[in-house]
Formats: sequence, C-alpha cells, structure tokens
Amino acid sequence: MKYFLLIWAGLWRKKTRTILTMLSIIVAFLLFGLLQGINQSIKAGLGDSSNNRLWTTSRMSAINSMPISLMDKMLTVKGVRNVAHLSFFGGYFQDAKNAIPAFAINAESLAAVYPELNITQAQINAMKSTRPGALIGRPLAQKYGWKVGDKIPLGTTIWTTKDGTNNWAFDIIGVFDPTPQFANSPLGSAFWINYDYWDETRQFDNHRVHQFITQIDDPKQATAVSSAIDKLFENSPDETRTQSENAALAAQLKEFADIDFIANSIVGAVMFALLFLTANTMMQSVRERIPELAVLKTLGFTGGAVSALVLTESAILCLIAAIVGLLLSAVAIKGVGSVLGAGAIPPVVVVEGLVVAVLLAAISGLPPALRAQRLNIVDALAER
Amino acid sequence: MSTLVSLQNVVKRYQRGKQSVEVLHGVNLSIEQGEFLALMGPSGSGKTTLLNLIAGLDQPTEGEVTVAGERIDRLSGGKLAKWRARHIGFVFQFYNLLPVLTAARNVEVPLLLTNLSSAKRKQNVRAVLELVGLADRATHKPSELSGGQQQRVSIARALVADPTLLVCDEPTGDLDRENAEEILKLLQMLNRDQGKTIIMVTHDPLAADHASRTLHVDKGRLVDAAVRSAA
Repeated sequence: MKYFLLIWAGLWRKKTRTILTMLSIIVAFLLFGLLQGINQSIKAGLGDSSNNRLWTTSRMSAINSMPISLMDKMLTVKGVRNVAHLSFFGGYFQDAKNAIPAFAINAESLAAVYPELNITQAQINAMKSTRPGALIGRPLAQKYGWKVGDKIPLGTTIWTTKDGTNNWAFDIIGVFDPTPQFANSPLGSAFWINYDYWDETRQFDNHRVHQFITQIDDPKQATAVSSAIDKLFENSPDETRTQSENAALAAQLKEFADIDFIANSIVGAVMFALLFLTANTMMQSVRERIPELAVLKTLGFTGGAVSALVLTESAILCLIAAIVGLLLSAVAIKGVGSVLGAGAIPPVVVVEGLVVAVLLAAISGLPPALRAQRLNIVDALAER
Repeated sequence: MSTLVSLQNVVKRYQRGKQSVEVLHGVNLSIEQGEFLALMGPSGSGKTTLLNLIAGLDQPTEGEVTVAGERIDRLSGGKLAKWRARHIGFVFQFYNLLPVLTAARNVEVPLLLTNLSSAKRKQNVRAVLELVGLADRATHKPSELSGGQQQRVSIARALVADPTLLVCDEPTGDLDRENAEEILKLLQMLNRDQGKTIIMVTHDPLAADHASRTLHVDKGRLVDAAVRSAA
C-alpha cells in the first residue's frame, strides 16, 4: 500500500496519454460486456436445463399447418404431461407496420405448458366465457395503453372471416404478468386469442394449427419423447418435426445470425488490437522513465521490486478502465440489450472481463517490467 | 578513527563491443569513518567508476571492495540493492528527483524500503527537510524549485534513511557559484556536526577545498593524495 502513491504518480506522469489509453480500454470493455453479456444471456436462456418443453411443427415447414387432432395422439406418448397448440394470426393494429404478435390458442392448455406466463384461473375462465376475448401481456398493454374492457380491432393479411372481410375485433379480458425472463420474449408480450372462436370465424384451413407445445415429465428424455412423437406420424400426410424448445430457439436465432461467432470475433479482434496499444503505452512510459527507475534501484529497490511497480501500474491502468467499461456495459445492456433478450450483464461476463483485464495487464506489462528489472544502473544513469 | 572503506587491487574493465577497456588499474584506497573525501580528476579518468564501486552500483572485475565491514564485491544484485538501501545515500549532479512527486514524497522514497510506519516516515522526512532548510517547500514539486533547492531535496533524500556513507557525484556541477557554495557548506556541516562520512567526486578545485582530503584520479590510477584541513 505504501508504494501506491509511487505507482499512481508514475501512471499519471503523462496525463493525456494515460487518459487516451484508458478511454481505448474502456471502449473495448464496454463492447466486451455488451456483446458477451447479450451472448451469454441468450445462451443461458437457451441452455436452461429445466426447460421441459418440446415444439412440434410440420416436417415441411414451420408455417405449414397440421390437424389439431394430432394432439390427442401426442398425449398418448409416454412421458408427455400436457400438450398445447398455437397458430399464427399475423395481425396488425391500425397500420401494417404495427405488427402484433397475435396467436390463436386454448388458454387453459397454454397456461399449463407455460406457467412462466402467470395466466390466472380467472383469466382462463374469462377467455372461456368471452369467445372474442383476448389475453395480452403486460409489455404489450403498456406499449399501446390497452386495458381490460377495450375492444381492439386487428387487421390481418392472411385470415378472412366467413363474411369476407379482414377485420377482426377482440375484447381484452385480461392482462398477464410474465416472469422477468419471459417479459422480453414474444410470448411474454403476446396477444392471445381463442382458437375456437378464430377457427369458426375464419374461411379456410379449419381444424388445423401451426405448432404443438408439449410439456414432458423429464427434460432428460426430450430426445426420446421427440422421436416417439415424430414416429407417430411417420409416413402420414402430416409428418412432424419435434425438437426441444431450446434447440428450436437456437436454430431460429442462428437463422438470424450466429451471435456467438460474431461476438467472439469482434471481442477477440478488439482485445488483440488493445494488447498492442497497451503494451506500446507501457513500453513508452518505461522508456521515458529509465533514469527514474535507475534512481529507484540506486536507492535500494531490487530489480524484482522495480518490475513489480511497473506490472502493478499496468494492472491498475487495465483494471480501472476495464471496470469502468464493464459498468458502462451493464448500464447499456439494460437499454440496448433488452431488445435482444438480455436484461442484465451476467456475473460470468464480469468475471471473464476482469480475467481478460488481468491477462491484458500481465502481457502488456511484462516486457517493460523485464526491461526495468534488467536495467543496468550505471548505464541508465549515464543515459547510455 | 576506523576504516570505513577499503579497496584492494581493484581493477575494472568494461566491454565495449569486442574491445575490453580497463578503466581502473589496481586501485588501493582506504577511507576513514567521518572523512570528507574529494575525488578529483579529468573526464574519463575513472573517478565516477571508483565512486560507483564504493557505492555498490557496480562490481569490480578484480580486487576487493569492503565497506562498513562487508565485502560488497561478493554480494549479488538483490543483496547489493538491500545493502545500498541500508548504507548508502546518493547525491547526483542533476538531482534525479522524481518529477511527479512533491519534495516530501521524494525524500520519503528510501524510507518505503524500511518497516517504519507512515507517521514515523513523515516525521523523519520533516526533520531532514528542516535540516536542509526546506521545510516550507515540502509540498512543492521539483519543477517548482530552483536548482539549489532541488539539490537540497536530493541531499535530504540521501540522508533520510541515516546511511553510513554519503556519496556525491558532482553535487555542484549543475549549480551557480552561490548555490554551489551553499550546498558545499551543507555537506561540510553534515560531516562536521552529524559525523557523516562523505565521498564527493568533483571537477571543481574550489569544491574540493571543502573536503578534509582530496585524491586525484588519472588514467585509472590514484596519482597522489593531499590531506587538507577542512575550510
């Protein structure tokens, strides 16, 4: 601790250079925290081992419909606890650019497979008693200022009613509050409508659905149960494709972008460049202080002590800037990250960031520290 | 008086490229405790090399160097550094203060290597700054001090750990006559009143006049010795 002032003073010998280097490290760790934070959040969500849901779609494509009657057969598979179904309404509010994540469901079976949505029994009952009823997520209600009792007209480019129009209207009977993990997902801010009402009112594709969601007893049996379900419909006109919800989400995300690869590539490139920048700063700083370091050795500081001073200086520079960068990324991730499903920076990213900062300090500080250690006092004092 | 510094047949050679250059040729020297010795000689004569060997900054190629009863030519780098911290106070021609630290913090640096508490370190720093007449400049940085004041800070730094030997390499070489005279009087006072043994390398005969003994170094050899009375 008594050496801190000596190290701190050395660090600020050239204020502008130190500030610029710190800013570079701050920006790099802001990027690190943001990208790795989002990446880890997504991976953590996808890798949730307690997730016991399977998604079943048509083998042809996810937008092909399947008969709703498949559900009864699926319930016969060993290990299946509940099955719910879901169909895309593809609606919009007032203007086509205001897309609404509307899905036709059975509220009771949906609530059973998605307890995270926190749908209450009263809301299920209300959906049953109000055929054109709609149950909406709190985030969606807040976005449009909708409340229970409102009648919401939704347009759709797909589904025409039996009277030949595309105008649908639903009565909001409840607003559900999903868990924080689900609050940012499309399901958490969905506009759920009664399948029975929708199916009776639409002109075509009746008695068919787009997706089944199966709740199973044991997540470890996901592969076996998936195979058993698909086997039920093998060689039928409605062959299915079943996979775990995590795998399905990961596949969907990968179609959009390989976030893992992008995040690691960018962070890797930035850290590599930063290594040279920091190493150069430390080398320059030590080069300028050769006579001063020689004086310290003259006064009795050993080679090891002088190199420890240089390494500590490098560590302070990197760690302070890294901590500031990670704090900024924690703030940024609350805003930008929530769009991609990351509400907060995971602790593992903070630990990773600090480890990277220590490595950065060690690698960039080592060459100048060794130089300081090997410094010949007589030559250095004579500025040879 | 007892012998504080003893050099026996000391030879120093430097390797300059492929060439080996002998700077000191079998020097024998004895310095008593409480002496104020001036080492004079032209540039390149070997006087600074001799000083560096006595101060443990460099090692002889041959011969023995004994200071305060220790054969320092046998000490390795780390042990020699610790020995310097305990026994040697340095005063440089160009002061060599750390520009980012205040005068008080510069003086405190050698004490960081001791086990003294922060309060005790501050107390010692204050005392030594008062001794050199710079107590009121403790919070000033070197750039805010004159050359003479900086050299006083440098002397305070050399004294603060109470070393056995004060080693001064051209301490007045960068000062005007008036400031040089003040520094030399300060060194004289430290020798006379505090009993400090001082070895001073200088070009300046007027500076050497302040010492109790002057030795001349020429072409790597001690050529004569003149015992003088302190001014």
